[in-house]
Amino acid sequence: MYLYDQFDRTLLAERVTEFRDQVARRLSGELTEDEFKPLRLMNGVYLQLHAYMLRIAIPYGTLSSEQLRTLAQVARKYDRGYGHFTTRQNIQFNWIKLAELPDAMADLARAGLHGMQTSGNCTRNVTTDQWAGVAPDEIEDARVWAELLRQHMTLHPEFSFLPRKFKIALTAATSDRAATKVHDIGLRLIRNGAGETGFEVSVGGGLGRTPFIGKVVKPFLPKRDLLSYVEAIVRVYNQFGRRDNIYKARIKILVHELGADAFAKEVDAEWQSIKDGALALDPAAVSYIAGRFRYAAYERLDDNPGTLSQARKADRRFDNWVGNSVANHKAPGYAIVTLSLKPEGGPPGDATAAQMDTIADLAERYSFGEIRVGHEQNLALPHVAQCDLPALWRALDAIGVATPNVGLVSDIIACPGLDYCSLANTRSIPVAQEITRRFRDPHLARELGRLHINISGCINACGHHHVGHIGILGVEKNGEEYFQLTLGGRADEQAELGTLLGPAVPYAQVADVIEDVVSAYLELRERPNEIFLETVKRVGVEPFKERVYAAR
Amino acid sequence: MTSPLQQKFRISGPVVVTANRLADGAVIYRTLDRAWTTKLALAAVVTTAPAAQALLADASADDIGAVGAYVAPVERHADGGIRPGNLREHIRQSGPTFELPVTLGI
Amino acid sequence: MRLVKGGRVIEDRFVRLLDGAPAPDGVPVIAPAERFLADEAELIARPAPTGVLWPNNRKVAELAPHLGGLALVALVFPRFSDGRAYSQARLIRERYGFRGELRATGDVLRDQFTFLLRSGFDAFEVKKDADAAAFAEASARYSVFYQPTGDGRVSMLRERVMGLRKANIASSSARVS
Repeated sequence: MYLYDQFDRTLLAERVTEFRDQVARRLSGELTEDEFKPLRLMNGVYLQLHAYMLRIAIPYGTLSSEQLRTLAQVARKYDRGYGHFTTRQNIQFNWIKLAELPDAMADLARAGLHGMQTSGNCTRNVTTDQWAGVAPDEIEDARVWAELLRQHMTLHPEFSFLPRKFKIALTAATSDRAATKVHDIGLRLIRNGAGETGFEVSVGGGLGRTPFIGKVVKPFLPKRDLLSYVEAIVRVYNQFGRRDNIYKARIKILVHELGADAFAKEVDAEWQSIKDGALALDPAAVSYIAGRFRYAAYERLDDNPGTLSQARKADRRFDNWVGNSVANHKAPGYAIVTLSLKPEGGPPGDATAAQMDTIADLAERYSFGEIRVGHEQNLALPHVAQCDLPALWRALDAIGVATPNVGLVSDIIACPGLDYCSLANTRSIPVAQEITRRFRDPHLARELGRLHINISGCINACGHHHVGHIGILGVEKNGEEYFQLTLGGRADEQAELGTLLGPAVPYAQVADVIEDVVSAYLELRERPNEIFLETVKRVGVEPFKERVYAAR
Repeated sequence: MTSPLQQKFRISGPVVVTANRLADGAVIYRTLDRAWTTKLALAAVVTTAPAAQALLADASADDIGAVGAYVAPVERHADGGIRPGNLREHIRQSGPTFELPVTLGI
Repeated sequence: MRLVKGGRVIEDRFVRLLDGAPAPDGVPVIAPAERFLADEAELIARPAPTGVLWPNNRKVAELAPHLGGLALVALVFPRFSDGRAYSQARLIRERYGFRGELRATGDVLRDQFTFLLRSGFDAFEVKKDADAAAFAEASARYSVFYQPTGDGRVSMLRERVMGLRKANIASSSARVS
């Protein structure tokens, strides 16, 4: 958990003052919408179907209890009592009034929260693995580097009007839980042959209309060079990214059109001029930032204490939840607990103000006051003592965030879709809701095993459908909602785009099709622990296609 | 429902001009007397492309009253009432097509 | 349109040179890029200062060898949201060391003043009179900045480290005495 110092607080306060002035000038007509729109976007303010939407950054998915309570308070005071957690570790409020935004932002700023650069043609929220700092398979805490990047790119005078949005993600674990390969810049902390840690840098990943997996342009970048190298990449992009066509304006298009090698050479040429200048990271500066992170003071505890194993034997539901939602922690005797925001029939990723308040309290009691937000739209408590799991579970169960479906068929990632979003072609939330109803049986869900369904209501792919094990994309056909399915995508270190299953199907049939796909999987799999993704890899899409389209 | 942001200008039935209110983002419709209303029943309905274009141009000039004006289809019903002409406009008028979280009881 | 320099609205002593037209005697001129490159020797031989208007889709590396004879470089924001000239400005100031007037032209609005100043611009053809009048206030909105640029300010990281060092020195001298 990074603690703001006086500089961070001052900058945020000055930003709020500036935005208050900009809103006033817009309401008076001094600023036209054309002039105001990029300014409000740079504070995370969208205009959606029903109202304005405010997107608040949760840097690298880390929140304190106090911050979560502030979000709950904003939901109650300025919105309709709930918020939505997104695929980029942000939170969205859907019913915000422009005229009240400066006050809402002032409230948020007091807790070190803001919507700076959560939209607009600038760098967005720098995301990481939501288990950073506690995952057993990481080599170090990527969040220190995420914070250095966040600061460097905040209100960067040269890079505030890029050709298009720019997204950076970091991971430091062998398992990439941050989808770095489908980001504009993906940074992977690795160890080289000499035992030094540094970054593998990939560029030009992204989803949307023209999905790409990122290309490695720098196999090993020393840590000292992180800011200067990123600066060089973004400077090349700012100058040479396309500005003639918004569908060709991301850096992935520039990388594709130049070729990865030629692009890397351009970046290197620029980088050579700046790498030893003011952006070279001074170890004292890195220590300063690292020193502002607060870490949990773990006790010396035993793994799998008696109370835990007894509780698991005594209560089947509790045992099931532990098996599903509790992951190993790097500190002995502790655990990472995922809170499923995917209840049966619920809109994926939403939490009410009351739930947020309770989770904040539970975090204080059981998780050193810290909560994490994952890009799969669930929350996590990252520092839970295993002996506290039974009591914690009862409390989570009571507020409906203990559905044992993490990573399973009903743990769906969905964009807000046409119910909220002005860019959408179709709805996505009701599709997700129906699927969770069809697969409400926890035995069946367990039987199916790990299965990631991603739903996007339009080609902008905010639901990351390209990299879902099953991807669902809403398209418009003759004024009706239709959905195209892909199979076999993955977002991790072996990132891959899904393969088209067949012709789009109408809204009413989507859940049926998912049931057909899942039945086909159960018949085709070689053994119970061959997960869906592996089966698709082994047999291809044809057998699924036959099953789905035979009767249609 | 292709997003109107990608819309080509083509009229194939009655339409209204709709936008969002600047101060709070509420859904509004252009009226015949060059104002805005939140009630679709009071919206100006036109049926030709030139009329729609004129209505839109006039509405778009009101930068303080409204944001993002565009032409949206409506349906006329036997009882004379007008209803949203597609799912998107239905959602804009009535809200999301499912219960919002606060009513789910927690 | 008002020209702002040194935080105030001033008279523009430079005249834009139109294609083909001869440069008037004794008058500072801003020539379009092609004209400047074609007639460089002749233009800078004049006693009056010479400026160039450089488009935002042309590499400034091309202009770099010619900066010595120039009193002014004008860069272009065709729309304020087209941010290419920010990079051009920083390169001209920080990479190529240009010390003359660096002028922002085109769609130059109040909410970009701070970014423009920090990128190295020191003169602004401000589109709206009200914005020009508000220049001093608008450019003083922020007192802290995360990134180092060529504007001479120390980066926030450096300032923090310096703050720590001062604190360390103070506390160690306290110990000594």
